[in-house]
Amino acid sequence: MLRRKQIEEGVFKTLAALATYLIIAVLLFLIVVIFKQGYRALDWDMITKVPQGGYYFGGEGGILNAIIGSFYLALGATGLAFIIGLPVALFMNVFLIRHRFWLNRIRFFLDVLWGVPSIVYGAFGFTLMLFLGLRASLLAGILTVTLLIVPIMIRSIDEVLRTVPKGLLESAYALGSTRTEIAFKVFFRQALPGIVTAILLSFGRGIGDAASVLFTAGYTDYIPTSLSQPAATLPLAIFFQLSSPIPAVQERAYASAVVLTLFILIISLLARLLSSKYKEHTIK
Amino acid sequence: MKRRKLIDQITSGWMLLCLFVVLLIPLVIGLGLVLKSLPILQLYPLSELLNGSDWKPMAGHFGFKPFIVSSLYVTLISFLIAAPVCLLSAIYLTQYARRWLLNLMQPVIDIMAGIPSVVYGVWGILVVVPLVVRLASVWDLKTSGYCILSGGIVLAVMSIPFILNILIEVFQTIPTELKEASLSVGATYWETIKFVLLREGFSGIMAAFGLGISKALGETIAVLMVVGNVVQIPGSPFQAAYPLPALIANNYGEMMSIPMYDSALMFAALILFVIIILFNILARLAINHGEYRC
Repeated sequence: MLRRKQIEEGVFKTLAALATYLIIAVLLFLIVVIFKQGYRALDWDMITKVPQGGYYFGGEGGILNAIIGSFYLALGATGLAFIIGLPVALFMNVFLIRHRFWLNRIRFFLDVLWGVPSIVYGAFGFTLMLFLGLRASLLAGILTVTLLIVPIMIRSIDEVLRTVPKGLLESAYALGSTRTEIAFKVFFRQALPGIVTAILLSFGRGIGDAASVLFTAGYTDYIPTSLSQPAATLPLAIFFQLSSPIPAVQERAYASAVVLTLFILIISLLARLLSSKYKEHTIK
Repeated sequence: MKRRKLIDQITSGWMLLCLFVVLLIPLVIGLGLVLKSLPILQLYPLSELLNGSDWKPMAGHFGFKPFIVSSLYVTLISFLIAAPVCLLSAIYLTQYARRWLLNLMQPVIDIMAGIPSVVYGVWGILVVVPLVVRLASVWDLKTSGYCILSGGIVLAVMSIPFILNILIEVFQTIPTELKEASLSVGATYWETIKFVLLREGFSGIMAAFGLGISKALGETIAVLMVVGNVVQIPGSPFQAAYPLPALIANNYGEMMSIPMYDSALMFAALILFVIIILFNILARLAINHGEYRC
């Protein structure tokens, strides 16, 4: 009887350990495969030049248009989402702190919103674009991606603001601060490391998402100079180059994937570094 | 003094406005999609749209069944792969493993969740598709490798960080006293996990699975790249399929020239939106037990 129990425990413990190491292995494997396939076609031209004539048939050039386009797009969307998201998160944690009922419902609502897939945002963004009379452009792309990352931005800032000790709120009230002052001078500063992480997280989502910009941002070989011009994006650059039948162009898709993966890894690393760096200054 | 009060009032008004804008987003999205899909809903009965398997937009036949079945099939396969792996891993990380492994897992989960779906798609083409071809040849099955199984495997990998993250949280919030009580009456560690942990965390586990499924249902680019995109009701995992998100993504360019096509695609987006919102609400209600109460 005891023997059987021990065997069962041993089997499941081994399986559980295997599952865990399998996940880590898959991630490492994925990164290794992407880098191994991509580094061959990766050179300075790839990341410093826009596509030249015949680029999509294996000609000269690079994907600078997509790198800059993605960067503009993610930057614009993150900025907009921050402008809308920060007040909401502060409002929830300073003004609504006594209204548990509403607070819980808003959080619930935002979490559900977080789950809406980006293709739905893309389809809706396209409708909105036609409704507003816009063409596929940087502006339309920024608006769509903003919708996509606003819930992420708010909930991540909110999670940080929740950890601000209640004593700080009470002390600030006792000193005669208004709620606005508490929100921006106490809560905002206290939560700064987490807010930086939230911004980087949203930026990463913005730069990597393809389905939402597929119809809204368009695609172009040039670097956009105004909001009304279409903009190329990295995920779409990978997608389009990969669907080409020419091997040289496919190689470049793999190289573009390396560039995008590198961006994401750097953002992720930066978020960890920055948040631990700023944490020294917060009041425990 | 007056000035400070005035600023306070302006700010709170402005913040409230932002909040309302955000709360309006899903309503506006839902409304926009409904309005856009009204034309096709008025022309054909709902049951015909959902049940019809004939998809010829040029001839005016819009049957969504192949796409809905494809979506469900791919999602089911990804769930069958991801769920046991995540559950076992979460158990190991929270019950057996050393602290450092859990600490190591946090960045692993973050990075996995952060990698863009198009990169998963590239990986799928490079690794999963050839793997599936080799797997099929074992049973003498013919496949291009661009099929449901490939889509399911890629999706499984993509949904692992989401499911695992919630599962770890679920297991960590179960009070230690419950485990101690079980261990003190002579249960083994595994029995404690089986009879206490899994039972106590049941609603949380279901919620994690629900969120994983809804994530998989809506995933677009990665699936689209490996699933083959053939309009048919797939019979085996080695056949190509055409899930709903892929339908929307692939046909947006040409939809304007064919009557009712844009309405049909918007209807597809509406189906996705409704299903995923429902899944999310149910899953979140299940998590609700612990998280939102406090």
